Amino acid sequence: MITTTNLTKNYPSGEGNVAALKGIDLTVETGEFVCIMGQSGSGKSTLLTILGGMCHPASGSVQVDGTAIYGLDDNGLADFRARHFGFVFQSFHLVPYLTALENVMLPLAPLKMSAAEKRRLAGDALARMGLAGCAGRLPGRLSGGEQERVAIARAVVNRPAILFADEPTGNLDSTTSDQVMGLFTELHQAGQTIVMVTHNPDNGRYAQRTIRLKDGLVHHTGD
Amino acid sequence: MRPYQIALKNLIRRPARMFFLTVALAVGLAAVVALVTLSNSMTADIEHTMDQFGANILITPKSNDLALSYGGISLGRVSFDQRELDPSVLQRIRSIKNHQNIAAVAPKVLGAVTVQGRELLLVGVDFAAELRMKPWWRLTGTEPSAPDHALLGSSTARVLGLKPGDRLTISGRSFTVAALLQETGSQDDGLLFVPLAAAQAITGKQGKITLIEVAALCSGCPIGEMVEQIAGVLPDAKVNAIKQVVEGRLQTIGQLKRFSLGMGGVIALIGLLMVFITMMGNVNERKVEIGIFRAIGYRTSHLMGIILLEAGLVGLVAGLAGYLLGIGAAAVALPLLAQSGHPHLLIQWQVAIAAIAAVGLVSLLAAVYPARRAGRMDPADALRSL
Repeated sequence: MITTTNLTKNYPSGEGNVAALKGIDLTVETGEFVCIMGQSGSGKSTLLTILGGMCHPASGSVQVDGTAIYGLDDNGLADFRARHFGFVFQSFHLVPYLTALENVMLPLAPLKMSAAEKRRLAGDALARMGLAGCAGRLPGRLSGGEQERVAIARAVVNRPAILFADEPTGNLDSTTSDQVMGLFTELHQAGQTIVMVTHNPDNGRYAQRTIRLKDGLVHHTGD
Repeated sequence: MRPYQIALKNLIRRPARMFFLTVALAVGLAAVVALVTLSNSMTADIEHTMDQFGANILITPKSNDLALSYGGISLGRVSFDQRELDPSVLQRIRSIKNHQNIAAVAPKVLGAVTVQGRELLLVGVDFAAELRMKPWWRLTGTEPSAPDHALLGSSTARVLGLKPGDRLTISGRSFTVAALLQETGSQDDGLLFVPLAAAQAITGKQGKITLIEVAALCSGCPIGEMVEQIAGVLPDAKVNAIKQVVEGRLQTIGQLKRFSLGMGGVIALIGLLMVFITMMGNVNERKVEIGIFRAIGYRTSHLMGIILLEAGLVGLVAGLAGYLLGIGAAAVALPLLAQSGHPHLLIQWQVAIAAIAAVGLVSLLAAVYPARRAGRMDPADALRSL
């Protein structure tokens, strides 16, 4: 479960600080599929990076299953992300010189685990995404949809408590977007907690709950 | 897969990115290795040549002589206290600490004699030792070996009109000309050589020695120390090293060595800057990739390890290639620069280890800041799309 209390975040600009988040209080229950929506500049991506332990808030706290993640030191926070979070990025962000299987193994690399076990887990994750035959291919030789599925496999290979996704269908056509959202639905049905940022209203219908941000504040939350 | 394997896969699958850095480092190192190897090989070559020079230590009795010469014209000497050496000094010379470095000891007796009405300088020698010490002597005739054999310098033979097999008489003693010395361009051309014992009898210096020439093998042996050791056992003798020419040559090579070390320092600095700039560019170029690693839980140390390993591996490959290239260049250049006709390329494992380690270390040092920067990169900043 994620709980935030009075989260604020400011970015420096030419004329002082710009407030990206102005005091966010929200809760995401375990197993919930939440969609964060809002216009550009509403603060939704900033909120996702803070929830995902990648950006310290100016004030407020983020608790994940009882742990105040920003109370951890840098290594502690990195370890927490490695064990509890998975990330799917808008532009796939696969490492170009690693094969699909190696990209999926990336989150497992720092973990103490045998190479064979890492390979097995990564192979299983790829197979769940229907990409068992693409394990040895470099990202440059995969289609956009395949790259996105490799990115999802990478995000779930460490069986994270929470899966964060930032515009996961932003670079995909509608057919492939539907396939990807179908995968998210399957993961959610299997018990995965998902927090997804999107500006596409069509993707919102896959989520249980939608949080709308406006000018750095929660404007509306509802099913 | 471990984090270090990421570095290996990056280098193997994207070799072009580091290729030019590797080549530049290798070429820089090759220049230093070539200079160091050349200076070391030339030093060894000079020392070897010095061994071939023959006598390099001259032992004479202590006297109060004053040389009367000016501008290369000798007007004789004023002798206040003429002395000779005792034959027992030969044994004492052989007793010094570095006696194994003594190749030959050639005692001599000098005296003026009149032959066929002409004043000549008679030199009594141990022919076996003399011929071993002066391998450049070319004889016409047979090697002197009998007690009545004489060897004539080229000028002496011309003045006396003698050839091998002729007889000559010196102070009532009859000698056979065993051989003539082909022109050497040295003082030997004007001398008359006979066996040591015969010369001692003719000059009335029985049991005396005028001077001793010593040939010391100097590769790795300190000639200065040997001079001191001999002087220590011969307190009544004057012991001098004939080393000016060699020292001059060695001084030149010493300058080359210092130059190569200085150049090594400059190249190391340039290499350091090149690796720094390349790795900084590399880190900036891979910002998104580093952001991914940070986001999915890689620690600062993991990322630093990846960047440092890449830099270290580039350094090691460049070090190995640069060393081999430098040795190759030295092998080509050595025959053109060396003193002797058959110089030996000195390949030292210490140089190889030092060269490869130095480039590896320079690469690592230069990559520390870029690695720290990568390790501390904020994942949210790196992944701007988030």
